[in-house]
Amino acid sequence: MSVVEISRVSKQFGQTTALQGIDLEIGEREFVSLIGPSGCGKSTLLRIIGDLIEPSSGTVVVNGKSARQARNDRDYGIVFQDPVLYDWRTVAKNVALPLEMARWSRQKRNERVRRMLELVELQGFENHRPWQLSGGMQQRVSIARALSFDPALLLMDEPFGALDEMTRERLNIELLKIWEASGSTIVFVTHSITEAVFLSTRVVVMSPRPGQISELIPVDLPQPRTAATREAPSFFELVTHVREALHLGHDLDRAAPVTQEAKA
Amino acid sequence: MSTDVPVAVQPVPRGGLGRMVGRRVVDWLPALVVFVGLVALWQGLIVWLHVQQFLLPKPTSIATTFWTDKSELWHAGWYTFQEALGGFALGSGFAILVALVLARWRPLATALLPYAVAANAIPIIAFAPITNQWFGGGLTKSSKIAIAAVLCFFPVLVNTLRGLTSVRPQDLELMRSYAAGNVEIFRRVRIPTALPFIFAGLKVATVLAMIGAVVGEYFGGALNAIGVLILSRSRVFQFNEAWAGVLVVCLFGLALYIAVALIERLALRWVPSTSE
Ligand SMILES: Nc1ncnc2c1ncn2[C@@H]1O[C@H](COP(=O)(O)OP(=O)(O)O)[C@@H](O)[C@H]1O
Ligand SMILES: [Mg+2]
Repeated sequence: MSVVEISRVSKQFGQTTALQGIDLEIGEREFVSLIGPSGCGKSTLLRIIGDLIEPSSGTVVVNGKSARQARNDRDYGIVFQDPVLYDWRTVAKNVALPLEMARWSRQKRNERVRRMLELVELQGFENHRPWQLSGGMQQRVSIARALSFDPALLLMDEPFGALDEMTRERLNIELLKIWEASGSTIVFVTHSITEAVFLSTRVVVMSPRPGQISELIPVDLPQPRTAATREAPSFFELVTHVREALHLGHDLDRAAPVTQEAKA
Repeated sequence: MSTDVPVAVQPVPRGGLGRMVGRRVVDWLPALVVFVGLVALWQGLIVWLHVQQFLLPKPTSIATTFWTDKSELWHAGWYTFQEALGGFALGSGFAILVALVLARWRPLATALLPYAVAANAIPIIAFAPITNQWFGGGLTKSSKIAIAAVLCFFPVLVNTLRGLTSVRPQDLELMRSYAAGNVEIFRRVRIPTALPFIFAGLKVATVLAMIGAVVGEYFGGALNAIGVLILSRSRVFQFNEAWAGVLVVCLFGLALYIAVALIERLALRWVPSTSE
């Protein structure tokens, strides 16, 4: 059974067509990356899957139910493009927020928060306020929060965009470990071609105006992925494949050619 | 790694009373010097220019009166302060309740807010003689409490409502992703976001409450009220006593303001600006 079924989804913002005719099926335990130039509707598609906005037309089915029902059942863990932390809560309390709302006991909560903060290497920052942390640290808090309650479906919108390269690569590996252990399905938005190829079982290449899927690229690199994966010839082939798909989408649009890592 | 350098990793500062008001004692020195300078200038000008006592008494004579009459002054001040405090609590409390209701049922706010803003512009003090008659002929505390309450109501209402509705969209989106209900969104997001606004309104209200009570007393009040005392002493040209009364009003007003400011510091230790 597929976890996400998107059929003929379009989204209109006034005059702007953010998405048009999106069809996408995501299977259980898949790791799907959405990649494409800024403004091609990646965030919008993620929001529609998470039922944060409604499509103008088309349907989204998640775990066999409507996206609304899936949201009400708390099937989603979402990492937004901005960290979205509450200043009136400490770092630990921010991570504990979804657990509080799911009525976990205090003891279970504390235990889980400790483990999550360890995972994103923020031990010792429990009692800090979000504004006392750097942008990268804030984003790690937001990742810890999304992972804390073992959601069936993780929606991540450029979660590592604000991180330095080293932290990013380490968290890539950590994320894959979590994905493997938890059995969750992940939809992941990124600007980075190498990140998309390294993480995913499938890369969805999108093109703008209107936002469309231009190519689906299966990534058949062996699991588990390690640092060695990045040096395999097949890795480079896939990276080239994705890059060409991105450029193609752009050339059709007759826009300026994108650089390797299309920037916001 | 540069993005990972923490901006400020020290824990939220805690400290003595001085810290909680946001400044250390040393930071108050310049203000203190200005105060002493101004009082000295006032004293000096009166002595050198031979200003008449009824125009402006010397600070030293006011201080002397303040000291000799301290018992009567403090009792009168305390009486009026109780009125102000009652009005402050009543008006602010009611304002916060109304704001919560209006924020919950937004069309209601859209319909009523223009009137609240307009009413905010009405010089409510002008109604003092009338409200004095409404509440038992003006000698009661309740008439002053009523004026103070009405004065406090609008700034707190407008500020609280603005706070409750100025939540960042992404903060709500996160709540939405957890399928949070309205009550939960209020409790976890709207009220914490509104708190700094509420305190801003409350601080304005402390000043208004004292003004309301004292001015209410100018139109008739109990004999042992500070407003009545100031009025009766200036009628018989006892300006030292009248000025000492004004000083007492200032001190009580300031005390209420500082009390609210202290509670704000304690409640809002998470706000970035409260700890440099
Ligand atoms: N809330 C909104 N209101 C109006 N236009 C929007 C809104 N959200 C997104 N858009 C528009 O939809 C398009 C796709 O946006 P987005 O999904 O954020 O792109 P991406 O995440 O790929 O950079 C853009 O043209 C953007 O301006
Ligand atoms: Mg985006």
